[in-house]
Amino acid sequence: MAILHLEHLAIDLQTAGRLRRVVHDVTFRLAEGEAVGLVGESGAGKSLTSRAVIRLLPDGARVHGAILMEGRSITDMSRESLRSYRLSEVAMIFQDPRAHVNPVRRVGDFLTEALVERGEDRKKALEIVTGLLATVGIEDAERRMRQYPHELSGGLLQRVMIAAALSISPKLLLADEPTTALDVTTQSDVMVHLDAQRRGRGLAMVFVTHDLELAIAVCDRIAVLYAGHLVEDSPAAHLHEKALHPYTRGLLASRPSPTLRRERLAAIPGRPLSGLEVQEGCVFCSRCAHAQERCQKERPVLRELGDARVACHRAEELLEGGRSGGADGAEFEVRVGDRG
Amino acid sequence: MILRLVAGRLAMLAVTVAVASIAIYGALYLAPGNPATLLAGGHATHAEIRLITRQLKLTEPFFTRYWDWLFGLLHGNLGESFLYREPVASLLAPRVLNTVFLVTYASVVIVVGGLALGLASALFKRLGMGITILTGVGLATPSFVAAIILITLFAVDWKLFPVFGGGAGFVDRLDHLTLPAVALALSWLAYTSQLTRTAVEDEVKKEHVETARGRGIARRHIVTRHLLRNAMIPISTVSGITVAGLIAGDVVVEQAFGVNGLGSFLVSSALDKDFASVQAVALILVATFVVVNALVDIWSLFLDPRLRAKGA
Ligand SMILES: Nc1ncnc2c1ncn2[C@@H]1O[C@H](COP(=O)(O)OP(=O)(O)O)[C@@H](O)[C@H]1O
Ligand code: SF4
Ligand SMILES: [Mg+2]
Repeated sequence: MAILHLEHLAIDLQTAGRLRRVVHDVTFRLAEGEAVGLVGESGAGKSLTSRAVIRLLPDGARVHGAILMEGRSITDMSRESLRSYRLSEVAMIFQDPRAHVNPVRRVGDFLTEALVERGEDRKKALEIVTGLLATVGIEDAERRMRQYPHELSGGLLQRVMIAAALSISPKLLLADEPTTALDVTTQSDVMVHLDAQRRGRGLAMVFVTHDLELAIAVCDRIAVLYAGHLVEDSPAAHLHEKALHPYTRGLLASRPSPTLRRERLAAIPGRPLSGLEVQEGCVFCSRCAHAQERCQKERPVLRELGDARVACHRAEELLEGGRSGGADGAEFEVRVGDRG
Repeated sequence: MILRLVAGRLAMLAVTVAVASIAIYGALYLAPGNPATLLAGGHATHAEIRLITRQLKLTEPFFTRYWDWLFGLLHGNLGESFLYREPVASLLAPRVLNTVFLVTYASVVIVVGGLALGLASALFKRLGMGITILTGVGLATPSFVAAIILITLFAVDWKLFPVFGGGAGFVDRLDHLTLPAVALALSWLAYTSQLTRTAVEDEVKKEHVETARGRGIARRHIVTRHLLRNAMIPISTVSGITVAGLIAGDVVVEQAFGVNGLGSFLVSSALDKDFASVQAVALILVATFVVVNALVDIWSLFLDPRLRAKGA
């Protein structure tokens, strides 16, 4: 059985006094120990989707569809079961540890808070988190635990957040851009620890990032979101050769060049749409180089294609074209320049 | 590190009190009217007045007199009242307790009531609207108006509390000083409530509170460890103003309720031009204000580790 199952998830948010749909249709399953990367440009609905799994949505948000954790509906949970679910099964790692850790309490209090809340003896809890700090590469654990968040660097504090997430021995980790807010020099450091711990413990993970290459490196599967819609769900290992959706291929092509560090090879023309802006037809059609008349009228449904799923009318066709090295090689405007 | 910050704050306190003492002494030095004439009474001869003037060293230069006064203060001698011909200290002794009791009582009402109302109005939306209206009215009610209303309702109409005096012994004092304390506390309670509401509402939006919710921390623990704990920082920073307001309000309220305390003594001494008494009481009130404010600052250092880091 899947550990996590999202079925036609849709999220409405209260904006300017009325409910508006921001996430439209997200369906995927996550097996035990599996990691899925939720990727897409900013505004695609990645954060909201991951937050829905732990029911941390803005006030007044309405969720449609199903979110099932080992078969139990998250949306229907009582307050008490939600609490125990958060205390023992799922843990979230946020983007900005500086903001997400209480600045006036000691690091040690933050680390042990969930365990103590669960009824663990304080001394035992301290022992557990001291061990965890060592596993995420923090050596002088005892000193660190007496310090306050502002005395730790961003990278260290994010490792503290990871240790805090691991402290409850969850089955599922939710990580929302866990390295984006960090110094470039510490990003890979933090990622290495997160990845190692997740694999070592066999945890399932929903990994939110706008960095497709990073997601491919640490996840088993990649779920691509565009304007609140899941447009592709493919095994990470195949993605470089066999990305199915034109948007995914656009993301792959626009990755930063590994040799020219600050330059991007190509960019998807146009501006990313948010879920609020979708119109009739394929959600990507305003930016797609392959759009046809049908694309503008008919919304493609998510369908299986081999071991992947895709929502594009022309997926097979384009895949064939790509294989034969056809005309689609230069599908995106090539723009070399500073990423800003 | 924190010790150095505390020491710095205490040094600042000493300087402030010293400057205040010069100002207080100087203000009365410049006041019109010759104390010797007043003291000697209407029928005194010039010789008598000259004698008193010499006895009181009224012809000496300002700083000599100030220095004598300060020296006396530091040795526990608050001076001598012209009017009662008694040391000011023995005049103050029976009155201090009434004032300390009243101000402490009002402070407890402000802290407990203000925090509770503010927290309730931040956490419960419906209730919050009612509390905001009530505290808005409270904020606009000066203590002398509150005193009149309270006296009329509780003491005259319903006869629930005594109207006059400070009482003796703890329970009797509590009874006598309840209305004065409420009159004194009212607008500051309303102020603290609104301050608490804003501070807690700001804190509710913080990401770290979201983290705590996402970890399954119980609501009551979130309230105490995250919301109130963090909101205490802005609340206590601003509470220094409350202290000044309480001291000023105390003078009014003691008059209104006939409480024989420092406030009413200050007023009657000023009317009688009893300089030594006015100087002593004014200095005590100012020093109290400065000391409490310093304590609030030091308390903030303990509340906020980031402040301690900044001072290092
Ligand atoms: N609290 C909120 N109130 C109103 N709109 C929001 C809120 N949070 C997110 N949104 C909107 O929802 C869309 C998706 O947001 P999000 O899930 O954060 O995107 P992503 O994480 O993929 O960048 C965006 O268009 C954003 O503007
Ligand atoms: S459905 Fe059409 S517009 Fe949409 S991605 Fe496929 S080809 Fe492009
Ligand atoms: Mg996001």
